[in-house]
Amino acid sequence: MTPPRKKKMNLKQRYALMTRGLDWETSYQKMDDVFPYDTFEGIKITDWSKWEDPFRLTMDAYWKYQGEKERKLYAVLDSFAQNNGQLGISDARYVNAIKLFLTGVTPLEYQAHRHFAHLGRHIRGAGPRVAAQMQSLDELRHAQTQIHTISHYNKYFDGFAEFPHMHDRVWYLSVPKSFFDDACTAGPFEFFTAISFAFEYVLTNLLFVPFMSGAAYNGDLATVTFGFSAQSDEARHMTLGIEVIKFMLEQHPDNLPIVQKWVDKWFWRGHKMLGLVAMMMDYMLPKRIMSWKEAWEIYFTEAGGALFEDLSRYGLRVPKYADIATEEAEHISHQNWAIFYQYTQAAGFHTWLPTDEEMAWLSEKYPNTFDKYYRPRFEMWREMEAKGERFYNNALPQLCQTCQIPMGYTEPGDPTKIGFRSTEYKGDRYHFCSDGCKDIFENEPEKFAQAWLPVHQIFQGNCGGADLGDVLKWYHMENGTDNLDYSGSPDQQQWDAWQAARKKVAG
Amino acid sequence: MVGGTNEIKREEVEMAVVALKPGYEEAVDFRDKHENFHGNQVVYLHWEEHLSFCSAIAFPLPPDMPFGALIEELIPTYYGMHPDYQSLNWEQVEWKIDGKPSTPDMSKSLAENGVGHKSLICFRTPGLNGYRGSCS
Repeated sequence: MTPPRKKKMNLKQRYALMTRGLDWETSYQKMDDVFPYDTFEGIKITDWSKWEDPFRLTMDAYWKYQGEKERKLYAVLDSFAQNNGQLGISDARYVNAIKLFLTGVTPLEYQAHRHFAHLGRHIRGAGPRVAAQMQSLDELRHAQTQIHTISHYNKYFDGFAEFPHMHDRVWYLSVPKSFFDDACTAGPFEFFTAISFAFEYVLTNLLFVPFMSGAAYNGDLATVTFGFSAQSDEARHMTLGIEVIKFMLEQHPDNLPIVQKWVDKWFWRGHKMLGLVAMMMDYMLPKRIMSWKEAWEIYFTEAGGALFEDLSRYGLRVPKYADIATEEAEHISHQNWAIFYQYTQAAGFHTWLPTDEEMAWLSEKYPNTFDKYYRPRFEMWREMEAKGERFYNNALPQLCQTCQIPMGYTEPGDPTKIGFRSTEYKGDRYHFCSDGCKDIFENEPEKFAQAWLPVHQIFQGNCGGADLGDVLKWYHMENGTDNLDYSGSPDQQQWDAWQAARKKVAG
Repeated sequence: MVGGTNEIKREEVEMAVVALKPGYEEAVDFRDKHENFHGNQVVYLHWEEHLSFCSAIAFPLPPDMPFGALIEELIPTYYGMHPDYQSLNWEQVEWKIDGKPSTPDMSKSLAENGVGHKSLICFRTPGLNGYRGSCS
C-alpha cells in the first residue's frame, strides 16, 4: 500500500519546522543542566519565544546559496591568479595592508567560528541558536576564503607565510588576539554584545569598508571580490547583533545596567583595536580612500549617533568615553604609525615615512593636529634617515594592561603628554593607556591581571630568548625579509624589477 | 594626570568578576608577579615632551641597581640618538617616581629611591622639549 501523498509545505511551514520544530523541552535532564551557560551573567530571559528571528534562512537554503556564491568567488580568484593580478595593484607598499589583515583579522574569523559554534549549542532559545550556527559557518567560510584569496600574494611577497603562528605570538597581534580571547571567555550574552552588537553592528563599517574600499582603490580585485562575497553574510550578522540587544533590553529591566556596561566596554575595546585600521587607512594605502577621521565621522558619529538615539527608548545611552574616542580620531593613526615606524625591526610588514605629497594630504585631512604634532616627528626622522641614522626604538614599550597596545596615547586635551593611568590590585601596580582601559580592568581585575603581555613575557624568558634575533625566530619572522622598511626590502626589489620588465616590454 | 596620582586600593573591594563557577578568584594566575622576573623588577622609563619615543620604555632591572646607572647607561643607550640628548643637563632634570616629584640619590639603589616592581620613572628636561619644540 502506498502512503497517501503529502502536500508540499510552504516556505513558512518549512522554516518553522527547520528551526523551532527541531527544539524541545527536555524531560530526562533539567533544562538548566542542558544549557549551563546562559544564566550566570545575570541576564534575565523570561520568555524565549519572544525572540524574533532577524532573518529567515533554513540550513538547506544556506548551503545552496553559499555554494553558489563561493563558486563565483573562486572563479574570480582563479582568473586573478592566471592573469598575474598582483601586477595590477597600485604599488607593492599596498600589500602590507593585506599582511596586517591576514595576520590580524583572519584568525579572528576563525575564533568567531569556534565561539558561534559554542553558542549554536548552548543558547536555550532555538531562534538565536540557529542564527549562531549559521554565523559559525559564515565565519569559517570567511576565514577559509580570506586565506585562499590572500594565498596568491603569499606566492610573491614576504610576511604572509606564518600568519596563524604569528597571530598567537607577535606583540602587536596580541591586540586583536586578546580582544577576541576576552570575548570568547565571557558568557554568551556578553559575547553577543561584544561581537554581534559592538563589533559587527556598531563598528564593522570601520573595519570592512576601509579594507575593501582600500582594495578597490588599489587594484586588489581578489580582496574586493571576497568583500562582495562576504557582504550578504555581514548583513545577517548585523541584524543578529541588533536583535540580541533589543531582546535583552525588552526581556527584563534588570538587564539594562549589565548590557550598558558591556556596550561601554566593547565600544572602547573596539575603538582601540580599530586604531590599527586607522593607521592602515592614513598611512599604508598608496591610494587613499578617505581619512580615518572622516570615516569615524560618517560611520560612528553619524551612523552610531542615530543608532543610539533609536536605542535610547530602552534606556541605553551612547557608550561611555565616545567623546574621547572621537577626539582621538584626530591622533590615533599618526600615533600608531609612529609606533610601527620605530619598532619596524619587530613588525611583520614593512614601514616607511610619508612622502611630501602624503604629508600634504595628512595636513589637509588633519588641519588641527598633523602639522603641529606629527609632521615635526616625521621630519625629524627623515633628517635622521638622510644622515644614515634611521631612528629605531631599541627598548621595549610599556604596554596597556587591557588593550595591550604600547602606551603611546596622549592626554585628552593635551597631545604633548602621554596619558598614564594606573591602579593597584592585590599589591601590584597595573598600567593603562586611558580611563576606558582602566575602567575595564577595574570591573574585572581577576580576568585582566592574567593578561599575557608580550613585553613582560619576553622579560620572563618565555619568548625564545632575550635578544631581538631570538624573539624574531620565536615569532617565525625572517629578519631582513619580513620586517624593516619597505625601502630596500626584497618585496621592493622584486616589484621594481617587475616594473622595469614591463617598461621594457612596452618599449 | 600622570601615573600613580589616581590610584585606587582594591584590596577591600569585593569580588568583581562574574564567573560561571565559584572559586574563580582562587585560580587566578597573576602573570606579572615580581617573582616571575628572575630577581628583576620591571621598571618603566619616560622622557617627557619627547614623544618621538612612542611610549615609556620597559626594562627588567635588579632592585639593587644604583639609580645613577639610569643616567650613565640606560638613558644614553636608549635615548641618546635624540638631537636633544646632547644638550641635556642632568643638574636641571626633574624626576617623578610613580607620579610623585622626587630627588633621587644617584648612589643609592632603585629600591632605596622608592622604585618598586612596575614603577614608572618620568624625567623632564626644562628647556628641552623635543625636535623644534614640538614635544616629539
